[in-house]
Amino acid sequence: MNNFLSIDSVSKHFGDYKALNNVSVDIPKGSIFGLLGPNGAGKTTLIRIINQISIPDTGKVMFNGEPLSPKHTKNIGYLPEERGLYKSMKVGEQALYLAQLKGMSRVDAKKQLKYWFDKFEIGEWWDKKIIELSKGMAQKVQFIVTVLHKPSLLIFDEPFSGFDPINANIIKDEILQLRDEGSTVIFSTHRMESVEELCDHIALIHKSNKVLDGNLNDIKRQYKTNTFEVGLVSSDNKKLKEIISTKFQTAEANFRSLGNELKLNVSLKPDQTSNELLNFLSSNSEVNHFMEVVPSANDIFIQTINNQK
Amino acid sequence: MNHTRLIIEREYLTQVKNKKFIIITLLIPFLIVGGGLFISFLANYNSDSIKNISVVDNSGVLENSLLSSETITFSFLEDLNEEEAKLISQDRNDDGLIFIPKIESATNIDYVALSESIKFISEEAPTITMINSIESKLEEILTNLNYTSVGLDVNTIEESKIYLSIFQESFEGEETTKIDSGMKVIFGLILGLLLYMFVFIYGSMILRSVLEEKTSRIVEIIISSVKPTQLMLGKIIGTSLVAFTQIFIWIALSLAISTLASSFMGVSSSELNSVDLNDAQVASVLDSALTAIFNLPLLNILIAFILFFISGLFLYGSLFAAVGAAVDSETDANQFMLPLSMPLIIGLYVGMFTVQEDPSGTIPTIFSHIPFTSPIVMMMRIPYGVPIYEQIISLSILIATFFGTVWFAAKIYRVGILMYGQKPSYKDLYKWLKY
Repeated sequence: MNNFLSIDSVSKHFGDYKALNNVSVDIPKGSIFGLLGPNGAGKTTLIRIINQISIPDTGKVMFNGEPLSPKHTKNIGYLPEERGLYKSMKVGEQALYLAQLKGMSRVDAKKQLKYWFDKFEIGEWWDKKIIELSKGMAQKVQFIVTVLHKPSLLIFDEPFSGFDPINANIIKDEILQLRDEGSTVIFSTHRMESVEELCDHIALIHKSNKVLDGNLNDIKRQYKTNTFEVGLVSSDNKKLKEIISTKFQTAEANFRSLGNELKLNVSLKPDQTSNELLNFLSSNSEVNHFMEVVPSANDIFIQTINNQK
Repeated sequence: MNHTRLIIEREYLTQVKNKKFIIITLLIPFLIVGGGLFISFLANYNSDSIKNISVVDNSGVLENSLLSSETITFSFLEDLNEEEAKLISQDRNDDGLIFIPKIESATNIDYVALSESIKFISEEAPTITMINSIESKLEEILTNLNYTSVGLDVNTIEESKIYLSIFQESFEGEETTKIDSGMKVIFGLILGLLLYMFVFIYGSMILRSVLEEKTSRIVEIIISSVKPTQLMLGKIIGTSLVAFTQIFIWIALSLAISTLASSFMGVSSSELNSVDLNDAQVASVLDSALTAIFNLPLLNILIAFILFFISGLFLYGSLFAAVGAAVDSETDANQFMLPLSMPLIIGLYVGMFTVQEDPSGTIPTIFSHIPFTSPIVMMMRIPYGVPIYEQIISLSILIATFFGTVWFAAKIYRVGILMYGQKPSYKDLYKWLKY
């Protein structure tokens, strides 16, 4: 497997507190990798280790096949959760400064900045100070600064916070495009709907330990319970439910619909197939809703964390 | 390395382009020169006012000998008793009244008894200068009268008096004078104070700059590109360059303004001092003051000041940077600033009280080698002449300690800069050293 970033048995202490305990994570090249976990789980510590802000006590990190070293910082773009820019420095000036710290030449940085500023239609902000911009505007500048030097590894910590839905969508499309152009993206968030939308792989960190990782679809397959959500139109809902319950395991379901059909979650027994269920249902009533219940990232998150207790 | 240059450049340009910085840089020289002019104007104005003193001399001894001067006008009143004299003097709104009671007989006057009976009466307490001036005038008159009365010739005494001003010379054969020693005291104090102030001003500048990056949270992005130690050193070097720029502008502007001011307004220092001295005397005092300045080891002072200032600023600057990284606000910084500034203050006091007594004494020598006080105490000693090897030893200790504090500060800085929330205790800081 072609892993762009490989974190191998990394541990980190702060005094008596163990922030990461023997964590190994492989991040495939060209993936959008969701780094998930409750507050204080150790995500930020892991991100800081990848950024070489912190040094792990034990374990190693491989970056594109080489041991991670300071020369790689120019290949990494990092958008921290706690955003910040110099408040009284002009937007253009500080973007240039930050780009140069990432190893770009001044000329090159200027050219790239012009491209992005035009793309986001914020060219007129160049000589403004950050304090004159709204929070969302500053976030846009911050996003540009993160991706400007075309890093091969992008790390976004809650990239959508502070954006309205329209701008969040623009940013989402940019992230997808950067992935398509070959960047690997680490994406840390608490918003499970964006994990659902963007991530191919995830890792779940809980209390300093990795508790789950892998391809999101594989994980979903592991977690699914062969349950189907069905909507059935009949003259006697109560009787219909009794009939179904004799053959399948049922539970109340709740979803939005236009009529007052019978809503059920039906679970298959190991020897039953979905076609058997569908045939059985259609022979007893009119089926207007039939959908496999696939666990959402949110369900998996909550279930895994609760199982740890 | 390229990163460090970028950081220094940004630090320098942002500080120098800051509006507040520009205003202060341009304003201070005007304030210094203006303040100086104002004080000399006040002194001049004050000495210009003439005091009116009434004199009631019932003894008649002062007749024709107590003469008015530029600052005091004496007006004689005839034959009044003390009460009447007081009333009249009050009426005339005088600044004071000298009252001498009647004496028994005009012959065989007891001048000692007379001098003890003289009274000075005034509404407000007289200034010391005025009382001194009146006392010395009366003293001279009465002494001369007394000499004559016991049969001594005043002129003979005057002629046989010896006026002594000891010729001073150092073992190297350089002439020294009292003014020389005065200059050393003044120079030492000024140098020590300036160093103290500058280390404080620019040290706090470093602290604020670190704090700004921490509170605006940009620091996390920056240290994902550069090492925290690099960032900290870049800040210290950048701020030191700012310091040199500012100090250079201050000196240049102050000189320019004072030259302009004196040529335009015709204010010369000799005019201000002409109260009691004639022009020739003033010229000679100024002359010897200038010689005294040139007698100082000026080149040594200049080079030592620059070196001790840089090293001192680096030493304290790194510690101030660590404080800036450890706390969340300037208010919280004060808790750590006090213990940090103690050595500076101690240095200043030790320097002020011991150096002029004995510049090469044990205490000044020790304190001019302890790295945290040495910049100040050494600068106070150098005008008196300190062997170069001693200065080099002291500087070397200072620089070695600087490397130690940078190592220490970098540890605190690395951890502190990403810690938000509660104010750290000393115990926390100790723990951070081991992260």
